[in-house]
Amino acid sequence: MAHTQHIQTGEIAKPNTAAIWRTFYILLAITAAEFIIALAIPDSVISHGPKVFLYIIMTLAKAAYIVAEFMHLGHEVRFLIYAIILPMMFIAWLLLAMFWESASVYKSNEPNKKNKTSMVIYINQQV
Amino acid sequence: MANVSTLEQQGGIDWNGGNRPFKASWGKLMMWFFLVSDAFSFSGLLITYAFIRYSHDGYTGTSEAFAFSTTYWPLPDKVFEAIPFVHGFHAPLVFVGIMTFILIMSSVTMVLAVEAGHRRDRKDVEKWMLWTILGGATFLGSQAWEWAHFIHGTDKGTVDAVYGTVIQGATLIQNQYGPVPFANLFFFITGFHGCHVLSGVVINILIFYNVSIGMYDRPERTLDEGAEPYEMVEKIGLYWHFVDLVWVFVFTAFYLI
Repeated sequence: MAHTQHIQTGEIAKPNTAAIWRTFYILLAITAAEFIIALAIPDSVISHGPKVFLYIIMTLAKAAYIVAEFMHLGHEVRFLIYAIILPMMFIAWLLLAMFWESASVYKSNEPNKKNKTSMVIYINQQV
Repeated sequence: MANVSTLEQQGGIDWNGGNRPFKASWGKLMMWFFLVSDAFSFSGLLITYAFIRYSHDGYTGTSEAFAFSTTYWPLPDKVFEAIPFVHGFHAPLVFVGIMTFILIMSSVTMVLAVEAGHRRDRKDVEKWMLWTILGGATFLGSQAWEWAHFIHGTDKGTVDAVYGTVIQGATLIQNQYGPVPFANLFFFITGFHGCHVLSGVVINILIFYNVSIGMYDRPERTLDEGAEPYEMVEKIGLYWHFVDLVWVFVFTAFYLI
């Protein structure tokens, strides 16, 4: 271990962590809400499709808080914020597009579905 | 810069060189660009998951009547309902909830370490980084247990819909919970994420070592106006938050949807 000189010009400032803990409580609340929706609300009150929509909204909210506050992007130069956020928005579009397009793969699986496991479908797929 | 034309100034940013247009250091900027590229990798995997998931039948009955079958995608809260040390007790999504909480907490302690670095408070940086490393290692151990239990399977197993044999547990070729890709994708995507957590823990340990020997308190780092000696802590803080962010998406994809 090298011997290092600890040079400190003045006192160390007190921690300024209010914003950090506030963001943590928001993340905790959103996660708790997700679990309540997943486990405590029966499918008769909110069916599966709307639940998925809610999960995605809450996940995006959590992601926004983590990126803006924990990674400090919300306080950076505006151009840098766009340079990070805009590619991610393109990906979000791609994600939604693939959710939609997978329905057509599902339909084209239809003739092969009877009496075959998924592994066999992938080997035999003639698209 | 005296004669800067308006073409080179956009929104007050000077692109002529010799300064930092984004007001961020080179290292921090490169870490951000790496995180965007890594986000593309994970997005590719999650988009693949969405595509494959919705090209299979979902389960359409009631939650109480659910049974595993290789013909439809399972309900996640029926697959992931075990907790360590207690056999046969059904606690849906409890263990993964604890794992998520641990990872988010380790992200919070990482932010606190970065904040202590801004104040050049070495003791606090060490304290918070140790908590972060502990949280990351705990998450890895929990993920290992989750995999082990998933591979081992339940007591009963499932009868394959086509061949009639009993499938027990999960491999890359078949699994008792649902169609073949269910386990495939689980191992691949959570494994890819777990490797990122592992590398994050290792790098955290290295930077913690640097902090504890006083590398970032050396005079040549602290004397400049506007110097940020603890910026390395901030950079791997960015990586660690990225790992947490990806987990938020992976958790939603596999355990909620």
